[in-house]
Amino acid sequence: MKADAKKKEPLIHITRRKDVSLLRSIVIRAAAIVLALIVCALVTTFLTGENPIDVFGTILSGAFGTPRKMWVLGQEMAILLCVSLALAPAFKMKFWNLGGEGQILMGGLAAAACMILLGSKVESGAMPQWLLILIMVVASIGAGALWAFIPAFFKAKWGTNETLFTLMMNYVATQLVAYFVILWEVPKGAGKIGIINQSSEAGWLPVIGDYKYLLNIIVVLVLTVGMYVYLKYSKQGYELSVVGESERTANYVGINVKKVIIRTMLISGAICGVAGLLLVGGTDHTVTTTISAGRGFTAVMVAWLAKFNPLGMIFTTFLLVLLSRGANEISTVFSLNKSFGDILTGIILFFIIGSEFFINYQIHFRKSHKPEAAAAVPAEDPHKEALEQILRDAETAAQSVSKEETK
Amino acid sequence: MEERTPILEMRHVTKRFGNIIANDDVSLTLYPGEILALLGENGSGKTTLMNILSGIYYPDEGQIFVEGKEVSISSPKDSFDLKIGMIHQHFKLVDVMSVTENIVLGLPGKLDLKQAAADIRAICERYGFEVDPDEKIYNLSVSQKQTVEIVKVLFRGANILILDEPTAVLTPQEAVKLFAILRNMKEAGHAIIIITHKMHEVMDISDRVAILRKGRYITSFVTTETTAQELTDNMVGRAVSLNIERPEPVDPKDRLFIQGLTVKNEEGVYKLRDVSFTARSGEILGIAGIAGSGQRELLEAIAGLQPVEYGIINYIDDDGTPESLLKKTPVEIQAMGVSLSFVPEDRLGMGLVGNMDLSENMMLRSYREGHSIFTNRRDPAALARQVVEELEVSTPSINTAVRKLSGGNVQKVLVGREIASAPTVLLTAYAVRGLDINASYTIYNLINRQKAAGVAIVFVGEDLDVLVELCDRILVLCDGRVSGIVDGKTADKNEIGMMMTHVGGAHEG
Repeated sequence: MKADAKKKEPLIHITRRKDVSLLRSIVIRAAAIVLALIVCALVTTFLTGENPIDVFGTILSGAFGTPRKMWVLGQEMAILLCVSLALAPAFKMKFWNLGGEGQILMGGLAAAACMILLGSKVESGAMPQWLLILIMVVASIGAGALWAFIPAFFKAKWGTNETLFTLMMNYVATQLVAYFVILWEVPKGAGKIGIINQSSEAGWLPVIGDYKYLLNIIVVLVLTVGMYVYLKYSKQGYELSVVGESERTANYVGINVKKVIIRTMLISGAICGVAGLLLVGGTDHTVTTTISAGRGFTAVMVAWLAKFNPLGMIFTTFLLVLLSRGANEISTVFSLNKSFGDILTGIILFFIIGSEFFINYQIHFRKSHKPEAAAAVPAEDPHKEALEQILRDAETAAQSVSKEETK
Repeated sequence: MEERTPILEMRHVTKRFGNIIANDDVSLTLYPGEILALLGENGSGKTTLMNILSGIYYPDEGQIFVEGKEVSISSPKDSFDLKIGMIHQHFKLVDVMSVTENIVLGLPGKLDLKQAAADIRAICERYGFEVDPDEKIYNLSVSQKQTVEIVKVLFRGANILILDEPTAVLTPQEAVKLFAILRNMKEAGHAIIIITHKMHEVMDISDRVAILRKGRYITSFVTTETTAQELTDNMVGRAVSLNIERPEPVDPKDRLFIQGLTVKNEEGVYKLRDVSFTARSGEILGIAGIAGSGQRELLEAIAGLQPVEYGIINYIDDDGTPESLLKKTPVEIQAMGVSLSFVPEDRLGMGLVGNMDLSENMMLRSYREGHSIFTNRRDPAALARQVVEELEVSTPSINTAVRKLSGGNVQKVLVGREIASAPTVLLTAYAVRGLDINASYTIYNLINRQKAAGVAIVFVGEDLDVLVELCDRILVLCDGRVSGIVDGKTADKNEIGMMMTHVGGAHEG
């Protein structure tokens, strides 16, 4: 038996953690960000020879350096957060809506169409400005919702794959926008629409004070709180989580699964439509095929990182927008290739997503081997009573762990 | 026995999950050519212990010896290399591949399917398996799939086999066949560890019984020198009565009237044909039958979850007026004022939402109440606390996800919710499946309390011993038809067994 003491114990083995305290998960996430910054610093020094502290400073000044930069940061956050809010209920229902791009484009296109077609009526005084804006709001929400309704209907009725369907709808939306851009191009042959109603500002969303982006930010903040309450406290929010967890359970308690799928996607599409409206009516005052700038996909990451919690999404949006604004800044200040900013963004995201592993699992390292310990007979435990109690609590938990693992 | 060399020995094995101790200083010995039954309540650490042997977990402390040599099992591959084969409750087979392909999957070396198929045939012949190596998995029955799992580990040369509740998915006849095979393997010198909750199987198949309780090894017995009662007492840690009560029905009235019920599944296959019966208040009507004889469809049709071809499903009020439940959704049935509760067979996939906590699961039935667009969270939380207290659910809190509870506690939560609405009809499907003795008796008591309260209970069961002891009347299903209804007090197990396969059934097939 002595010889056997030199058995090979694996260097590391991994077990799933039981309940993870909030504090521990916050500490692990914070450690991940610190580690990410250190790795970024090393990479920066090795690849570019720049001082990493300067680079980080530039990232921050790129995001917060001037009041204007802070407003742009706020605006970028608002739009990205808006799209993420739209995806949250669908994802919570396990309906993988990858059609955010298309739904934003359709919302934007509808807003632009109202501005172009009805703008002259406002100019001539035949229609008040508020009425046009109201029509735009309805049209954008309707268009976004329609674009989400189509795949939802097919999913509910015939069980089609929503991932592919919503993805394909993006291309259709892009082509539709491309068609109308040519139809309405100004001047003819320019291949773009340009600023719509530049002189009359018909259909431009109102500017609060002097702050061009404030309206967007307020609208999205209201939506955030609304979505948080909807998901957490409303009956509809409860229904969609039940459908997401188990359609059979939903059927069993009499939830109309088809209705919930369609209703949830209408909400999802509608909010994407709002994002399109805010972009076209609020800031850009024009429409292009690239107006959503990939936010329909970036929002997927925002929503996942925050586990579909709208309040958590404020932070994940902030992080992603901060990184992308900072990446732009360092590429100009240090005249580096823009890809360098993306490399840093990638490193930071890698650490943040990777930290989830350490939150859910524990790693044990090989302990120094005590040869006689295993053979020793354990002495009578004076705390037997207490131990029994712990064991009683343990049995349920242990069972569930093993169940989970076998799954 | 002492002079034999153990083929497998675990010494002082301890496994913790966080500050929870799943296995505490467990020592276990297995000799070649013997069948060891591992007995213990849910959560006593049986599965964890076996997962340590199969390389899924690594123990925190302790030693494992195989054929006298100390070994370290840090992965399933290590376990294979030591000739340990585990047959899990949930099969791990690729449906679209053939038996042979599944068996050789992942093996190193040159792929020779013909040779493999021949070897598989040889193994089948040697031990008495009935399986065609060229058949695709999706064509196989549950018991054949289990056979493939066993052949798989034998093909890989295992001589220590671990079976985790192998009979849970089998009919009584299939279980008998499996046991014959296990005896053959034992004769051939293999050592077998079998985990089961069914006491008569333990007595029937094992040579020795090892008992675990709350993560600790308690004792072991030579099977021929012990009794089911002694084993149960040791397993639970105190003396328990193995008798199920059957109080006389109080003032039974017709409550549920079913006539000519016929149901087809999605593929258009008849699952129920012309089923007729009456369930009475204050009475337990048992439903017996081989798995898949239409039990699930019957309960789901009554609960409004299964489309019905034709037939009558009437709910009869206290004053005798019948109301049709046919083609009504669960919500419509509820709106009619009929309080019908249903404990489905698939607890976490249908009756409950595993990722939601106790309180949110209580809400499943009640969340629609009231006109507010917001959910009422206070009442479900109060109900959850009440269920935890009254049914002695072992849970850290009512905010714990249900999937983290053990099987028995999950079932208590589900049954607790379903009886909370003071039902007049209670449908239960396999209410004690996978539950240990203690939890099972808790459930029988709960059902009997509902019976005393005048609820009409339909109890779908698989253990004939239990059906015969618990139920007032037993309806026997065979292939979707009623082959007879017998009185529980005078029922004979063998007779019911025959009726399940239609031999000697009351009706012509």
